[in-house]
Amino acid sequence: MNTNFIDAPPAKTEFWRGVRATIPMIVGAIPFGILFGALAINAGLSVWATLGFSLLVYAGSAQFVAAGLLATGAGIGVIVLTTFFVNLRHALYAVSVGPYLKHLPQRWLVPLGFWLTDETFAAVVSRFRESEKEEGRGPNKHWFQLGSSLAMYSNWQVCTVLGVVAGAQFEQMGQWGLEFAIIVTFIGIVVPLITRMPMLVCALVAGSFALLFRDIPHQLGLIVASVLGIAAGFLCERKS
Amino acid sequence: MSGFNEALLIAGMFIVTFGVRYIPLLLSGRVVFPAALERALRFVPVAVLTALIMPMILLPAGQWQVSINNPYLVASLVAVAVAAWRKNLLLTIVVGLVVFFILFGWGLSR
Repeated sequence: MNTNFIDAPPAKTEFWRGVRATIPMIVGAIPFGILFGALAINAGLSVWATLGFSLLVYAGSAQFVAAGLLATGAGIGVIVLTTFFVNLRHALYAVSVGPYLKHLPQRWLVPLGFWLTDETFAAVVSRFRESEKEEGRGPNKHWFQLGSSLAMYSNWQVCTVLGVVAGAQFEQMGQWGLEFAIIVTFIGIVVPLITRMPMLVCALVAGSFALLFRDIPHQLGLIVASVLGIAAGFLCERKS
Repeated sequence: MSGFNEALLIAGMFIVTFGVRYIPLLLSGRVVFPAALERALRFVPVAVLTALIMPMILLPAGQWQVSINNPYLVASLVAVAVAAWRKNLLLTIVVGLVVFFILFGWGLSR
């Protein structure tokens, strides 16, 4: 055994650590999940389709945008295209975690890919970086991601059901400000990541261009602003 | 929307969402990315999440609201301060939500 490494935790420990690391994001997801259920029902979606969104699509902000588009009478093609762009950031998350999971068989990669959300990504990145210092580079670290994924996924289903029930009672739920829950969750994820000047530059550039390009259709402004923010941070890092 | 159209919509959204998550996951395990790309990827969450929330904070109803009467803005600033001070996600979310709903409820009651 190489003494330069520290011992890696076993699978069960990893799983529960993953669940625990995701608890804060679950608190933020509760109001947002309820809001989605209520908005979807009030946008004219059936109960089964609303539950189907959360079970099969499982992408909070895209589900939220889709419910909004449905309410305005948008067609299926437009909604699917918008979903693609809103979720494109997950491709970048997948590329970031992929190298840590490449040894795994498909029965792991398929579900972990399906469950890869902003929240689970935020929970696993620090764990995966930390695992580089461990014996065998944390051979059970995928259990951490599984724990985070299952905690987040089951909570999302429960909240969707609650939202469906609540939405049938209160038609005005869309005006209760529940979407602030996603804002505060993302603030809590982003701020601790801004430890260096290039990260701050990245956030300022991405945020400014998102405001400037907010009216470009299909959320394309979001993608363009993100790419500009990444480029600005990257260039700033190179200079210093 | 008919049951068939609903199923079609869910199927379409499932394919694109699962596709953007799974395909890059699969490729990144098979292809070696250059070090520069890996450095650039570290900026992804900060860039995307900031870009996603800024319009929601400053234009909550689709119009600019840069004022202390905008509960989204005030509660976000409080949340940023708490996050920078304590670096505790749960504390940030709880404090941010409490401040927001107090201000939001107060705004509705006026």
